[in-house]
Amino acid sequence: MAEHSTYTPSSGLEKWVDERLPIVRFAKEHLMDFPTPKNLNYWWTFGAILALMLVIQIITGIVLAMHYTPNAALAFDSVEHIRRDVNGGRIIQGVHAVGASMFFVAVYIHMFRGLYYGSYKAPREILWMLGCLIFVLMVATAFFGYVLPWGQMSFWAATVITNILGAVPVVGEPILQLLRGGFAVDNPTLNRFFSLHYLLPFVIAAVVVLHIWALHVPGNNNPIGVEVKSSRDTVPFHPYYTMKDLFVVVLFLIPFAWFVFFAPDLLGHPDNYIPANSQVTPAHIVPEWYFLPFYAILRAIDFNILFIDSRLGGVIFFGASIVILFFLPWLDRSPVRSGAFRPMFRPFYWLFVINFIGLAYLGAAPAEGIYVLLAKICTAYYFAYFLIILPLLSRIETPKPLPVSISESVLGKAHA
Amino acid sequence: MLPGRLACPGGGSLMLKRTGISALATEAVKEGTRRDFLYVATGAVAAVGVAGAAWPLINQMNPDASVLALATIEFDLSGIAEGESVTIRWRGLPVFVRHRTAQEIEEARAVPMADLKDPATDEERTKPGHEQWLIMLANCTHLGCVPVGESGEFGGWFCPCHGSQFDTAGRIRKGPAPTNLVLPPYEFVSDTMVQIG
Repeated sequence: MAEHSTYTPSSGLEKWVDERLPIVRFAKEHLMDFPTPKNLNYWWTFGAILALMLVIQIITGIVLAMHYTPNAALAFDSVEHIRRDVNGGRIIQGVHAVGASMFFVAVYIHMFRGLYYGSYKAPREILWMLGCLIFVLMVATAFFGYVLPWGQMSFWAATVITNILGAVPVVGEPILQLLRGGFAVDNPTLNRFFSLHYLLPFVIAAVVVLHIWALHVPGNNNPIGVEVKSSRDTVPFHPYYTMKDLFVVVLFLIPFAWFVFFAPDLLGHPDNYIPANSQVTPAHIVPEWYFLPFYAILRAIDFNILFIDSRLGGVIFFGASIVILFFLPWLDRSPVRSGAFRPMFRPFYWLFVINFIGLAYLGAAPAEGIYVLLAKICTAYYFAYFLIILPLLSRIETPKPLPVSISESVLGKAHA
Repeated sequence: MLPGRLACPGGGSLMLKRTGISALATEAVKEGTRRDFLYVATGAVAAVGVAGAAWPLINQMNPDASVLALATIEFDLSGIAEGESVTIRWRGLPVFVRHRTAQEIEEARAVPMADLKDPATDEERTKPGHEQWLIMLANCTHLGCVPVGESGEFGGWFCPCHGSQFDTAGRIRKGPAPTNLVLPPYEFVSDTMVQIG
């Protein structure tokens, strides 16, 4: 993979450093010269956007922690203090809160790109699973962060979500008390959630390093899913993809900035401007938009399954909807990676995308009437896609002929 | 890396040393040696030590003394008129105290057991001689929201979060909640004073 590497220490000092800690060589080989398929489309730019989002969240978060007070009596006011009194606090808090949403926009696009182009298939299974692990860590981090302003939505999100663990038989209740540090969500809960919210982003950063390491062993997948065969199929990461990523980052920052400057609360809920009250639940509680599809799955199981009651059943399906992603490389056995060459796969894939958006809609809808039935149907399709459709398609589908190489697909047969 | 740089103090290269150890190990595998025993014993002691050090770090998350100190409260019922209810705090949890009307008690008693998901008679849900008082944890048994009183199809409580419905004895009648609203341990100290916890 080093065919583009051109690092030769020029000065005596560089040579001296290179023999002792070849960090400059490492950076040049992996951040600049890394051979990257030359046919990557714009869907491949979200990895860089995600790296940027992690940095933005960590920097704004560290700054916010200098003004925030993780105490049940003071937390709500301290967030208002940040927004009203702290120099530039209105924008910094806005960037952090909107940033969480933009982070999830990017991660969903990144994951659906992987699903379409078969980026989870051999030899990239560990790369995919590390990505799934990052997603789980992101979900936990976002949840802990949402509790910190200690408004009504914060408090009841903490109550409802920790109660999910209480559904586990036998050990559920002790674990619940251990997690909350009390019999109900209260000051000890807020305090530890702040601690964990500060910790997890650094764990994410560590797993991101492993994710990129696992990416740089086989190299990038690409839109045709045919492996790199020669140096004619690749270009160096810098300047070709650094510039392309930078261009998309600028585009991505436009809606981001619009939300921060003009509608920082548009993606949140007005109820979170009521201080937390353990005696009254808001009339209509919904999680943040990025959790809605999974929340819909949780609610869809309102019936007992054999000896499993409805509450535990919901929790099992909710957990399984994320855990199943880890097994995807072994569920989809089709040797063809890219959806572009899989005529039967494509309609099911797009139906899966629509179904996922449908689940998000149903997660926000009241749990009554037709919505309950639709949530069950969408949940069934979510699982059927992974457990029935993908395994079956890999047996019965006849894929379209693949190009011989990336070069051929880009330049035509004459140049292959 | 140059093997010469890794020369061992006893002389010879690392490569040679490795060969020597593996040759010895091949013989040792056949029967457990003193070295194997020491290896396993050291590992076991280390594991116990790590677990012992980890436990306080986990246990600190459990409810602390100040939280546990609030375990018992006394509450004066005399201020609650018939048909009224209040929500009080016990161990940080909201608790419903409802002064039921005669009609509500009658409704609750008239329900056949076969209609209930979590069967319990109205008598089991109250204290004898104090049937008008219904005292129960206010958190829905589904995911912990506080249901709204005097609403829903059964005249009891309706949980806005996921649509569970409870009757006038706090029993689950419809929706995802698996059990009736939970009764805290409590007793009547006098006719108007109740001790919870």
